[in-house]
Order: sequence, then C-alpha cells, then structure tokens
Amino acid sequence: MIDTITILTGFGRSGELEAVPRIDLKMGDVVSIVGPTGSGKTTFINDIELFADANTPTGRRILINGERPPVEYRDDPARNPIALITQHTTFLSDLPVNEFLHTHARIRITNLAERETAIERTLSFANQLTGEPIALESRMTELSGGQTRALLIADATIICNTPIVLLDEVENAGIHRTRALELLRQYRKIFIFVTHDPRIALLSDYRIVMQRGRITQVLHTDAEERQLASVVSRLDDILSSLRDKIRLGERLTSLELEGVA
Amino acid sequence: MKLAICAGPATTGKTAVLRHIIRKLQDSGQRVAFLKIDVQYAEEDEQFAREFGIPTRKVYSGELCPDHCNVMVLGDALQWARKAESDVLLVETAGLCLRCSPYVDGGLGLIVLEATSGMNLPLKVGPMLSLADVAVVTKIDRVSQAEREVFRARIQDVAPGVRIREVNALYGIGIDPLVDHIRAQADAEESMLLRGNPPVGTCTICVGKKEIGWQSHFGVVRALDNQTFYRGE
Repeated sequence: MIDTITILTGFGRSGELEAVPRIDLKMGDVVSIVGPTGSGKTTFINDIELFADANTPTGRRILINGERPPVEYRDDPARNPIALITQHTTFLSDLPVNEFLHTHARIRITNLAERETAIERTLSFANQLTGEPIALESRMTELSGGQTRALLIADATIICNTPIVLLDEVENAGIHRTRALELLRQYRKIFIFVTHDPRIALLSDYRIVMQRGRITQVLHTDAEERQLASVVSRLDDILSSLRDKIRLGERLTSLELEGVA
Repeated sequence: MKLAICAGPATTGKTAVLRHIIRKLQDSGQRVAFLKIDVQYAEEDEQFAREFGIPTRKVYSGELCPDHCNVMVLGDALQWARKAESDVLLVETAGLCLRCSPYVDGGLGLIVLEATSGMNLPLKVGPMLSLADVAVVTKIDRVSQAEREVFRARIQDVAPGVRIREVNALYGIGIDPLVDHIRAQADAEESMLLRGNPPVGTCTICVGKKEIGWQSHFGVVRALDNQTFYRGE
C-alpha cells in the first residue's frame, strides 16, 4: 500500500542545489509542475517514473513510503505503481478499441466481471473527457488526438489502476480539463501534471516551480487563487466555446464575451 | 574473463545500451573487449574503439547466417580477448533469424527489444528471447502504459525465467542492473556449448537450389497444408 512518494531533491544544470531539500506527495494529492520550456519539467517526471536513485543527471532520489522502492516494481509488470503519459506517448496498436482494452485488462484484472466493469468505466471516463465519443469498434489508429489522450488517461487511471499517474502536458490535445480534474479527484491517487495551463495549475493542491533544471519554489494554491480558479475556468470556457463555434462554421457576436470585456 | 552476448532486432538500441554498459564497466576498472557480428555493415567497433580506447573486432557474416557465424568465430574471439587481457568480452550480434539464438552456456545472454515494436513482438522472436537471461526493453516512454504493460506480460508468458529490465538508453537509466548481471557471471570456460537447438536439417536452398515449391526439393520439405509433417529425411 503506497501512502507517500518522497523526492529527495538534487541540483540544477548549473550545479546549484534545489530550493527545497525534499517534497512529500501524499495519496490524493493533485500537483502541477510548472516552468518555462526547457526548465526541466519532463526530466523531473522521468526521475519519478524511473525511480531515480542519484543515478540521473539531477542527482534526485525517489522514496516510496520513505524507503527505496522494492525491486519488484521494476521486475513485475503488475506491481509497477506508476503510469506515465508523456507528450510522445501514443497507442501503436491497430486493434479495435474493444479488443485493445480487453487485451490490456486481461493482464491487470483476473476477475471476469470486474474486468468488464473496468472496461465500461474506462470508456465512459474517456467519453466524458472528449467531445467526440469513442466507439468500441473503431480502430485505435483511427482515434483523433483528443480521443487518444482521453483514452490514455482513462486507461491509466482505471485499468492500470496505479496509485501514481504522471501526465505530461495533457492540455494540448483538446480534452475537457475541469471535467478531467473532477473525475480524477474521485480516485485516491497521486496525480502529477506537467503543465503550462493556468486552469490545471489552479485546480491543483500545489505547484512545483522549475527553472534551469532546478526546483525554485513550491507554491500551495492559496485562498485568493482558489477564488481566481473559477474565474479562470469561466474565461477558459468562453474561449473553448468560441473555438467550438468557429470549428462549426458559426459567426461570433459580442454577446459571447458579455461579462468579460 | 566474462562473456556477454547481446542480440536483438535492428534499431532496438543494442549499441546505445552497450555504450552505457561499457562506460560503467570501465568506470569500475574493468577492461572490456568488443566484438560485433553483422551481416554486411557495421561501424560500432570503430565507434567504441574511438570512444573508449578498447580492443574491438568486427566480422561480417556475409552469406552465412550471423548466429552460425557466431558459433564459428566465438572460440577465436575468446582467445583474442584473453590475449588482450580483457575482463569482459561483449559480443553484439544482429539477431536476424527467429529460429536460432546466439547465446552460449557460460555467457550472459542479453536481448534488447524496443517497446515500440508492437505488443505481439515478444511472441514472435522465439529462442532469441526465450533462451536469453535478461530482456532489456528500450523506448518505454513512447508507448501507452497499456502497451508497455502488455509487452512486459507477453515477455513473461514466453520466457518466464527471463529477467526484464526497462531502460532509458538516452539517459542510461536502468543500466546498473545489467552491469551487475555481467559482473556476477561466472568466467567463460575454454570450451562452451550453444544454448539452443539449431533448426532442423541440411537445406537444399542453403546449398543453392533456388526453385520455388517443395516439389523441387528433397531432405526436409514442407507443404502449405499439413504444417507439422516433415516429408522425406
């Protein structure tokens, strides 16, 4: 049973120590990693995913429940506690969605009824994140960018059912982010987002700020930011609805921006 | 002197993995020799000689099967590496034939597979995987979590005794356990045996009979129907 992941921090590219000696992530935490492009966000996530043990360029070490992760996490597929979705991650399979999900679920879930439930829930989860519903009979390779991202997240959350999910810039592929965070919060896991998105950052419990390869700050979302979060979401929703209307060939009117401009 | 033989399909990252292994072996004071066996082109021997200043050799198998070539030259290679006072001989070989494997008893067998090659790959590569000691999986950040998990589960189905090691060959993460496996290996004996059984028989095609269709051949032949039946002998 995993309760915490600890990151014993290392140093940035210039060799300067990181601003905090350690970060403890607890079950249920939703955390964002923020920082300019090239600031080391993806490296941070890789360190966690590979259980860095002072053997990566950053010198960081990862502990699970305060101890070095057991070797079984690397050796036994069913026991690896981390699911990773990066910007490069994609499905390569050309199986139909239904067959693909069954193939994956078979190795994770032995009970037949539980397996079927998990597959149904995965599909319904994914379909709440994407505007265009995924059909069970479509081929994996036919899915759109948004559908793929939605299914990657849903599959990692429900079928993998790993206690830790790492998500690297998931906002870029047109999924409903507020809905995603609402749904993800129903699962008691640690979610770590690498993000440039103010909406995801403000809906997180705290954000880890990176610069030139090192952690410079850990900012807990404060009361004022929490209030801002709903305004930011509203603005973001207005922009999304403008985007949708433009996609559908509709004209925009000044009414769309009422209450903002 | 220890022996490790590394096989795997083209472009999976064998050379990238071996580069990290050589660096780490050197860092721990081990003298490494490197032999590359390929069919018609390879330059890893020159790269490694330049980068690490180690003795390297290369053999082109040409018209010979690379695993066959491996059996032929390995004895000489061991003598050569011993003469160079190496602590470890690393052999990299192109795994082209899915019916053979290049591993020998008394040497560590490594197969390098890429997670991006599709979930069914572990089911297809045969003894190259099932007779290995360690399966090294590269390019793990490129595929969905689902496919990565299925890939690993299928390796375990095909080869329950094989240790699976996922590595990031760009950063060199996950290489340490591979180095530990090599160092824990017993010294290679003077005479060694190929680990797997070679494919059946002498082949009329191998000796240059090129007509299509089993009717034109003799010895071990097989028709499209009745797949398990070997005609002739």
